Amino acid sequence: MTTATDEIESATVAETHLKSSSVAVPLTLEPPPKANTGPLHGLWALTQRDLRKWYSNPIQLFISLIQPVIWMGVFGKALNFGTFIAQSGASPSVTNAIMLNTFGTTSYFSYLACGQLSFVILFTSAFSGMSVVFDRRFGFMNKALSTPVGRGTIVMAKVFQSVGRSVIQASIVLFIAVLLGMDTGYFSVLGIAEAFGVVFLMATGLSALYVMLALRSSDWQTQMALINLLNLPLIFASNALLPVKLMPTWLQYVVQVNPVSYANDAIRQLVIGAVGSSSLAVDAGVVLAFAVVLSTMGIVLSWRLLSK
Amino acid sequence: MSAEQSRREANGSGAIVSVERLSKSFGQLKAVDGVSFEIEQGEVFGFLGPNGAGKSTTINMLTTMMRPTSGKATVCGFDVLSQATDVRRNVGVVPQDYTADEDMTGYQNILLCADLYGLPRSYSKARAEALLNLVELKDAAQRKVRTYSGGMRRRLELACGLINQPKLLFLDEPTLGLDVQTRAAVWKYIRTLKEQFKMTLFLTTHYLEEADSLCDRIAIIDHGRIIKIGSPSELKASVGGDIIVVGVSESEPDISPEIAQIKLVKEVKKNGNDYRIKAEMGEEASPQIMDLVRSKGLHVTKIALTKPTLDEAYLELTGRNIREEETNRMAMFSQRVTMSRARS
Repeated sequence: MTTATDEIESATVAETHLKSSSVAVPLTLEPPPKANTGPLHGLWALTQRDLRKWYSNPIQLFISLIQPVIWMGVFGKALNFGTFIAQSGASPSVTNAIMLNTFGTTSYFSYLACGQLSFVILFTSAFSGMSVVFDRRFGFMNKALSTPVGRGTIVMAKVFQSVGRSVIQASIVLFIAVLLGMDTGYFSVLGIAEAFGVVFLMATGLSALYVMLALRSSDWQTQMALINLLNLPLIFASNALLPVKLMPTWLQYVVQVNPVSYANDAIRQLVIGAVGSSSLAVDAGVVLAFAVVLSTMGIVLSWRLLSK
Repeated sequence: MSAEQSRREANGSGAIVSVERLSKSFGQLKAVDGVSFEIEQGEVFGFLGPNGAGKSTTINMLTTMMRPTSGKATVCGFDVLSQATDVRRNVGVVPQDYTADEDMTGYQNILLCADLYGLPRSYSKARAEALLNLVELKDAAQRKVRTYSGGMRRRLELACGLINQPKLLFLDEPTLGLDVQTRAAVWKYIRTLKEQFKMTLFLTTHYLEEADSLCDRIAIIDHGRIIKIGSPSELKASVGGDIIVVGVSESEPDISPEIAQIKLVKEVKKNGNDYRIKAEMGEEASPQIMDLVRSKGLHVTKIALTKPTLDEAYLELTGRNIREEETNRMAMFSQRVTMSRARS
């Protein structure tokens, strides 16, 4: 309260000061140094701007972590498939065989924990489009557009700030999952690093998708509707919660064209050594292609759509 | 870039902006309808017009924020369509809306702008401080923009627009909604930029006194078309004549015909004891009128000389008030008469 009043007072002081003073102008006529206006300039500045807003507001980070923790803690612990099977009288070896055959791993919690990484990516990426809408609303987009920064750079900065958030949130979720009892037997530095490579690519593709949808929009309500429209099918028509095998045939086709499934498959193979439904190379290829194609589309569309 | 510039210099053309039949349509609406003009190096050029006349749309096209529907425009020697990035590199823009990031400090905002222009930090830090000094925001530099007043934000926008030392600065309604002090300050900066840094300025406004006091040349724009281009004094002169009001103690006899005989006088109207005279060069006409009145044995009780203002030129050219309220034409007219009488 006191600080707010102080700020208002100092604002008034600054205004009064303006009226009386005539400050000497130390500006020079010397030409500015050679500016670097290459295709990538401004990328880090714009990315950093958004990331700074994010880490200066830890409450936002905290809230965004609640949802995956609830999924893992409540859903993951309650749906203990191994116990279900064991209760029917199956011996531990049979139970493990069934689990391995269905989930590719013996621990459903570990299976779900990996799927939660894509949850985090999806919900974080969805808000990259929202950030474009708010930049338009608050006028910052116009400022960026009036500078020599490339249009594609503006798009990619929005993508990378969202990727940065995704990667950090995914690591926190993974850490919490370990605390909650995720199987760490298969963990290796290389495996985790590669899994985060997949997280990076998936976040790039999804953020590019949402940024693309927001390029022309200044309406945040439409964005909210779009997020709900896309995120739920992308999550539930994937192998994030349950394996493809348990789904009806028609849904299996949908899951197989959903890039989120490939990311999950790759992450499970790399982090918990699960038996994948596709080879790691295929998974990685799909995710890489998804990231490259959508980023390219975002950049190309920005040339057309960012100016009126 | 340099080839293009040297070509222009070789041509001897001093125009920093040249616009040919530039148009922009939004569906059926023709926001800008074939405007053509040139801006000379070092001048302050103003776009004057009512709201929705097409001022901002023109600026947006010249700053490459919008694509023209048709026509051609070169800014600093670069085509706005095919060399948009070069245009943006060379000009500064102070948009109508606030564009600074509210969550960052004033200083951070300017540095971010500098980064977007690709300027090295070693240069931009010093430049940012100098600019904050210029717009008198030094004390508030480390505060978040959220806490700034409207006037402070406007000044910050100005500082951001100057970060790349532009040859040409676009100011879209730079004093809209500002208090008198801040407006005066903004005017002061604009004059500084012109006089000390020989910068070319393109500003839009719908404040007549602003256009009058700042601009070397004004284009009056309405319904997307340029109605007239000229210096403020040329525009005023186009209205035709000064207005002299002479009060005479005796209401009879009516000496209107005799006054009308004076060479400089164009029109005389008697109104009670007052004569309302339209004349060229009012300073010279007034003493002659006074002499005439006295020579008839009458007594002058008052005399007032009114120079035409840009308001009158503007209203005569755009005529919007009358056009929009056709039914109320007589009321508007009598109000104008009342107002000008009140002034004289």
